[in-house]
Amino acid sequence: MPFVTSSKTRPEYDVIIVGSGAGGGTSAYVLALSGVKVLMLEAGRNYDPVREPAMFQTAGQAPLRAGATPDKHFGFHDATVDGGWTNPGEPYLTQRGDKPSGTFHEAKDYVAFGSQQEWIWWRPRMLGGRTNHWGRIALRMGQYDFKPRSRDGLGLDWPFDYEQLAPYYDKVESLIGVWGSNEGLENTPDSPNGTLLPPPRPRVPEMYLKKHAAKLGIPVIPSHMAIVSRKMNGGRIAKGLHPDNPVAEKLSADSINARQACFWATPCGRGCSIKANYQSTTVHLPPALASGNLDIVTDAMVREVTVDDSGKATGVTYVDKKTRQDVHVKGRIVILAASGCESARILLNSRSTRFPNGVANSSGKVGRYLMDTVGAGLTGQIPALENLPIFNDEGAGGGMHSYVPWWLYKPQLAGKLGFARGYHIEISTGRQMPGAGTFNQLDVLTQGAYGRKLKEEARRYYGSTIHLAGRGEMIPNDNSYCDVDPDRKDAWGIPVLRFRFKWSEHEIKQAAHMHATFKEMIETMGGKVLGTPQSDGNKAIYPGGGIIHEVGTTCMGADPKNTVLNSWCQSWDVKNLFVTDGGPFVSNADKNPTLSIMALAWRTCDYIMAEMKKGNI
Amino acid sequence: MNPDSQAPSRLSRREALQWVIAAGAAMSLPSMPALAEEAAAVTGKPYGTDPVLNKTYKPGDLWPLTLAAGQRRTVAALCDLILPADDRSPSASSVGVPDFIDEWISAPYPVQSKDRETILEGLKWLDAESSRRFQKSFTDLTAEQQAKIADDIAWLPRSKPEHESGARFFATFRNLVTTGFYTTPVGMKDIGFIGNVALTRFPDPPKEALEKLGLV
Repeated sequence: MPFVTSSKTRPEYDVIIVGSGAGGGTSAYVLALSGVKVLMLEAGRNYDPVREPAMFQTAGQAPLRAGATPDKHFGFHDATVDGGWTNPGEPYLTQRGDKPSGTFHEAKDYVAFGSQQEWIWWRPRMLGGRTNHWGRIALRMGQYDFKPRSRDGLGLDWPFDYEQLAPYYDKVESLIGVWGSNEGLENTPDSPNGTLLPPPRPRVPEMYLKKHAAKLGIPVIPSHMAIVSRKMNGGRIAKGLHPDNPVAEKLSADSINARQACFWATPCGRGCSIKANYQSTTVHLPPALASGNLDIVTDAMVREVTVDDSGKATGVTYVDKKTRQDVHVKGRIVILAASGCESARILLNSRSTRFPNGVANSSGKVGRYLMDTVGAGLTGQIPALENLPIFNDEGAGGGMHSYVPWWLYKPQLAGKLGFARGYHIEISTGRQMPGAGTFNQLDVLTQGAYGRKLKEEARRYYGSTIHLAGRGEMIPNDNSYCDVDPDRKDAWGIPVLRFRFKWSEHEIKQAAHMHATFKEMIETMGGKVLGTPQSDGNKAIYPGGGIIHEVGTTCMGADPKNTVLNSWCQSWDVKNLFVTDGGPFVSNADKNPTLSIMALAWRTCDYIMAEMKKGNI
Repeated sequence: MNPDSQAPSRLSRREALQWVIAAGAAMSLPSMPALAEEAAAVTGKPYGTDPVLNKTYKPGDLWPLTLAAGQRRTVAALCDLILPADDRSPSASSVGVPDFIDEWISAPYPVQSKDRETILEGLKWLDAESSRRFQKSFTDLTAEQQAKIADDIAWLPRSKPEHESGARFFATFRNLVTTGFYTTPVGMKDIGFIGNVALTRFPDPPKEALEKLGLV
């Protein structure tokens, strides 16, 4: 496979892609299979998605029963390499709730909920980026989500509507494999028949929740997950994706056929050696590499985009982490897909006399409109679920088989909720493998049992809890952005980002609404809430960045004066410079962004191919 | 000023020898708590941000364990008081839970360092309390005597003011015991976790479960 070192790269590439996650992976797949020469630069190390995942390891086989530590923030077996909320040698600065406002502090917290950091930034340093530990929740944005300002007067509209992205959602779902169902619900788009894979049966507590939530008018429907629930037909899918390109069709079909269906065990976040879930390294990169058109350099930390006198991008300069030397590579086109904030950082650090405020930043909007998802959750213990007969209810990947789409569009538009945008509910439950802390709640539930009684209580309570997590839309605001610190540099000599972040009242009230709703849902099932439902949303909400849905720092739009990119995710200022991560988003609907990042990247790369053929770039 | 600071700072050789002999005699008496015993210092290094994941680790593989022998005996006794053998599964100490607790409190990380203070103080408290009530170390108490102490510290909101530190220790310790035990194969079997196996299809739930929940 063409993994190359800095000294083995070609003299020039058609396209240089910075980043190897969902956006970079999609871009490499589309462009390499279209026949152009592509170089991918990844800041982290190479990663073998087949051999490295600890799929079947039990917590008992890991240090500290696999619990979270300052080295492995999501626990020992999480796939993330050299990363988390802090990265060695790569600091960032943020304001803190427990310090005077206006002062910046180096980020150091490694637990998101309860962190005093206003922004908390997750970065893996490995091939495949965040697609390695991704929750695989794959939701389409709906018609309303592209035109939020037109609908309620707040935030920003996208420069196109749902119908323009829909064909790309179809392609992405077909290629990566997404299970789900078509329910015909408001602003929750259906997929064309035959696109989605069949969802698995709900877990038993999800069935119980569905029955009881119906009394509250709350729908519980099959989730949409990027997990292969049934062996995919590579030939049929690839023919649909690449009708006029026999080479691409063959390579894509072979790659799809190499994936196995889920075997209904082990958490997706550890990785998947049988390639049943989507990750960039098992879905996008293998066919792109097999085409011979893709080279990849890992341990390549990009410093800046270089430009010539005419203002065109000429390539990028990166630090080869192995040799600590700066290396320049040439490309006709540069695509940044390094994650919203990292791409903004590269642009802001690409300063020249022509672009004194950073390249592609004549609008001054690079780094602006930073958004995350609103997150808040509650756990309930449900007596009806106690002492069930023993059965296997583990299911796919530790992720949800069912979820609740936002259901209050009409009362919200009528102004009855006091906040402007919606949330969906993610469900964690079932008879999952115990880990560190799984039984800590026995302390409270049994009021201090020990001895034989404690063993009986553990049997009784195991599998009887449901965690409900709200994931809601944030409206972009002027107080949430990142810029480059004038003094501080990372271990590679690259200026670091500093963050300012504030939720508005819409998000705070939404978080309080989540807690009130979850309490009602738990009590309707006859259960009791473990923990404290908060009527003050400030006490319920995760800090910014905590849900790891960072989007919006290179906003697209119709007006070059106040946006960074045009509607093709192309820089207004530098025609051969594009962004294909979450940066172009101008709203952050409650539909977790990864599927939309991939659809947008595919659309952008189709445009790039068309423009290259026309000789425009 | 602390009056002790006025005391002579050096012992004579003869005095020192007498102390050593006295201490040795005390330790040889099984009914006396092993007060002189201290855990070794934590000297291990963190495992870093890129450890090999697909591998089995045992306590002691990544950093040295630090509990002294007597402390380990107390830990084992308390493990089995909290999760004894019954007809479904063996006791916590028989499946390595004391090793796990030693690994936990010997780890070079902040959460574990805090728990280490709680546990080491708690072990001392437990022996002091055993000695005060029954003139024996905790490991030499009968099951009934151990239960008398445990009942006083099993649940913080119910405990008397003088037992609060003991209750905080017991709560931390119980969480470590349940974590240690229910992550072992016998622990997972005990509560009825039968997943973590590859299946060709996701099986239907038993009819009995659905009936119980009113789902059929």
